[in-house]
This record gives sequence, C-alpha cells and structure tokens, in this order.
Amino acid sequence: MSEKLLNWDEILIGGAIKDPGNSKSYETGSWRVERPVWNPESCIQCMFCWVYCPDSSILVDENGKMAGIDYDHCKGCGICVEQCPTKPKSLAMLLEAEAKGKSEEEIRKEAFSK
Amino acid sequence: MGKKVALTGNEAAAHAIRQINPDVVAAFPITPSTPIPQGVAQFIADGQMDTEFVTVESEHSAMSACVGASAAGGRVMTATSANGYALMWEILYIASGTRLPIVMAVAARALSAPLNIHGDHSDIMGGRDTGWIQLIAENSQETYDNLIQAVKIAENKKVMTPALGAFDGFNISHAIEIWEMEDDAKVKEFVGEYEPLYPLLKTDEPITHGAWAPPNWYFENRMNQLEGLLNAKDVVADVGKEFGKAFGREYGLYEAYKMDDAEFTIVAAGSVCGTTKDVVDKLRENGVKAGLLKIRLFRPFPYKELADVLSGTKAIAVLDRVSPAGAQGGPLFTEIRSALYDVNNRPPVINYTYGLGGRDTQPVHINSVYDTLKKIVDTGRVEKQFDCLNLRGTWG
Repeated sequence: MSEKLLNWDEILIGGAIKDPGNSKSYETGSWRVERPVWNPESCIQCMFCWVYCPDSSILVDENGKMAGIDYDHCKGCGICVEQCPTKPKSLAMLLEAEAKGKSEEEIRKEAFSK
Repeated sequence: MGKKVALTGNEAAAHAIRQINPDVVAAFPITPSTPIPQGVAQFIADGQMDTEFVTVESEHSAMSACVGASAAGGRVMTATSANGYALMWEILYIASGTRLPIVMAVAARALSAPLNIHGDHSDIMGGRDTGWIQLIAENSQETYDNLIQAVKIAENKKVMTPALGAFDGFNISHAIEIWEMEDDAKVKEFVGEYEPLYPLLKTDEPITHGAWAPPNWYFENRMNQLEGLLNAKDVVADVGKEFGKAFGREYGLYEAYKMDDAEFTIVAAGSVCGTTKDVVDKLRENGVKAGLLKIRLFRPFPYKELADVLSGTKAIAVLDRVSPAGAQGGPLFTEIRSALYDVNNRPPVINYTYGLGGRDTQPVHINSVYDTLKKIVDTGRVEKQFDCLNLRGTWG
C-alpha cells in the first residue's frame, strides 16, 4: 500500500468510514499460521463453512457454490474444518511453512495425507 | 416568560430533559440521580414528551444504548452518578472517540469503598480524561441552564463531543431551591433541531461507525478528537452569551466573584461556591479583600483565562472535593497550579480536600481557609501546601 495516508486534520471525525466495504482492501491473510485446504472431490456443497467463516473468506461462484478459500483474508482459524460434515473431511489444515513453494495439487496431497 | 418554581436539582435536570425532548433516553437508576430518569419516565407516561425511554440492566448498557442511538442519528440524553458513572467508563471513551454528542446529567457522588451515597466529585474527577466536555453547576438554576446549553455545545459541528452537566449529589440533587423554569417553546427554539453528521439510518449514504484503527490511523483519530474537545471552549462562551440573550442569565467559562481587587482567593467548583460567596460577602464587609473563582468549565480546562483572573491575587486556596489519590494535590489544584506556572510573580497556591462522602462544609471552614491565606500573605510563608477541611484529626 503506497497511497498517501491522510493527516489528522483531513480525516472524518470519530473514525467514521464513508466507503462501505473498504475492509476488503485490508489483507489479513498474512496473519495465518495454518491454512485450510479444500478438496472439491469430497465436498457436498452444504455451505456450512461459508455460514461459519467469521471473515467471509469462503469463495462462492455465480451459482452459489463453494469455490475455494480467499487466502488474502483467511486468518486460518480452522472453524471451516471444524464444521465440515463429510467423512473424510473436505477441508484440512496445513502449516503455511509446509505449503510454501508447492503447487496446489502438492498442497492438497500434503494436507489430506495426514 | 419563565416561571419561578421550587423544585430539587434532580427535578431541574428532569425538566430540562423534558423540554429538550430528546429522541432517546437510556438510563439506569442510581442514587442520587435516580429521580432524573424516574421524572423523565413519568413525563413520557403523562404524554408530556415523546422520547423513546430505553430501560437497561446496567449503566454500561445505558451508555452503550446511548452510543447506538446517537450513532443512528438521534439526540440522546442520560443521567447517572458515582459507581454508575464508573461502570460506564469504557463506553464514555467510545462515545467521545466516536464523536457522539450525547448529553448526560451527573449528580456527583462519592465512589465506594467504604459504601457512601452522598455528594462529592470522585466520579466526575475520575472521568475527567474520558474526552467529555464537563460543566459543573453551583445550584439548581445552573443545573437546568447547563443541561440546555450542553445540548447546543455538544452538537456544534466544530465540537461534536459528548458533554456532561454535573451538580452536587444531595446538596443540590435533593435540595429544593427556587429557580426559574423557561417556557417549553423557548427552550425548544434555543436548542433547535439536531442534524447529525453521519447518521447510520441515512441508508442512501452508508457509513461505518466504530471500525478499528490500526497504529497507522489511531493517533490521527485521537488528535482529531482532541481538536473537537478544545473547540468546545469558544463554543461554551458563545452559547453562554446566547443563553443570556434568550433568558437573561449569561454564562462564561468561569464565574469571577468579587475578583477585581481580590487579594485572598478561593478556587472551587460546585455547591460549596454558594457557601463561599456568603463568606466573601461577610469578609468584604470587614474590609478583607476576599474573592472566589468558580470553575464552570472543567473540560476543556480554560487554563489561560483562569490564570489571567488569578494573576493579580496575593494567595490562592484551591478546594477539591476528591482525594488527591497520590498526586501532589487534587485535580483542580494541579491544573490551577500548572496554569499559574507561566504567570510572572505567581502567587502561592495551597490545596484543601473537603466534603468527601457528603461531609458538611460550613462558613466556619471557609473562613479558616481565608484566615490561612491572610497568614500566608502576612508572613510570606506557606506552612502546609495540602490540608483537609472538617476532618477529625490533624493531617500532615
């Protein structure tokens, strides 16, 4: 973020924010220690993960179907994995360190092999 | 025309709220301010006002409901005392930090422990740095007048900061005095319609209140907030003049009582000022140049203006109705003493704690303060910088 931040006498009073939804520009994904990994093959599209996600980080496609994780904002709390009802689970946590430098397929393999 | 009435300080506050007729009052009962929300509830039940009264389960919730209602865009008022005020603590900061011009009546009272329900300034002095404008009344008339003015001060677009109008618990809240109640229509006209800056309910202009500010935003917000609070000083003076034009009782930032040539000066706030004025009058009859500087606006503290008034006097005693709690003196003392630091030939300043937990302060005690000031001027020596009035046993 290289945009110039406003001075104290340029801001709206009381910390009010006029552009709705601007929290999207604040990326919280770097807070994550572990990431949820999604397995679309066993997913039954119940949308429990979407309902429970406290950070609106479950991506939904134009048909209203679960389409993956928004890693720019997901903080890695693991609630989606906790709530996933399929057996075996269609979401699994993996340490960020273990996901580093790997392809999507390798990451999925790593996450669901445990 | 207004009419003379004989009512308590709490009734004065309740009638002010009735005439202001805010959109919302959210309050929880606590002695000695209970008759205020009780009175408001009665006025609503009797159809004399159409305020939405929100009954809550604590003062924390009362102030939280006030914050919500004010952010929504309503004119909002409440009342409390002592431990109730203390329970509001974190939300007091949220109200001021969110720049919500809530107006609160505080019947000032001692804080526990030991349990005590009587008057002193422990509550409002403890909350002096919560970012609220603080006006302190001497009597019922000022209690009524201050609350009406507080609405206009708080809602001023340059200020947009919550304000409290304090008055002494029991000494004023439960004492019946004769005071002048103005016409409903004239009060309504004086306070005018409230136009909120960023109301949540204006859905075609969406706004977020209460978002978090990370380290790269918080500091700027706090200084922006401070500017609003400091702006209140000039607005208090303007509204005080305007009030004088409308109702014949003009107010300034302070009241200088017989200060023009005063040599021995007491600085105080609240109901003790009435007693002190009587003593000043008697001393003046005997040729003693006594004076009183009564604090009306405590936050923001008008230190330059007060130092100007005090710079000509020979010795000063500051009366604090709260324990210094480990500071060099009470909060009023440390503020006054600091304000005088930049004055040439600054006079000696001593401090008294008085009236804690409703302890009586009588003319004889105020007289002893002037005697001490006279002794300081005569001998050029301050023997005790801090002392207590009407305490059993010798302090220090």
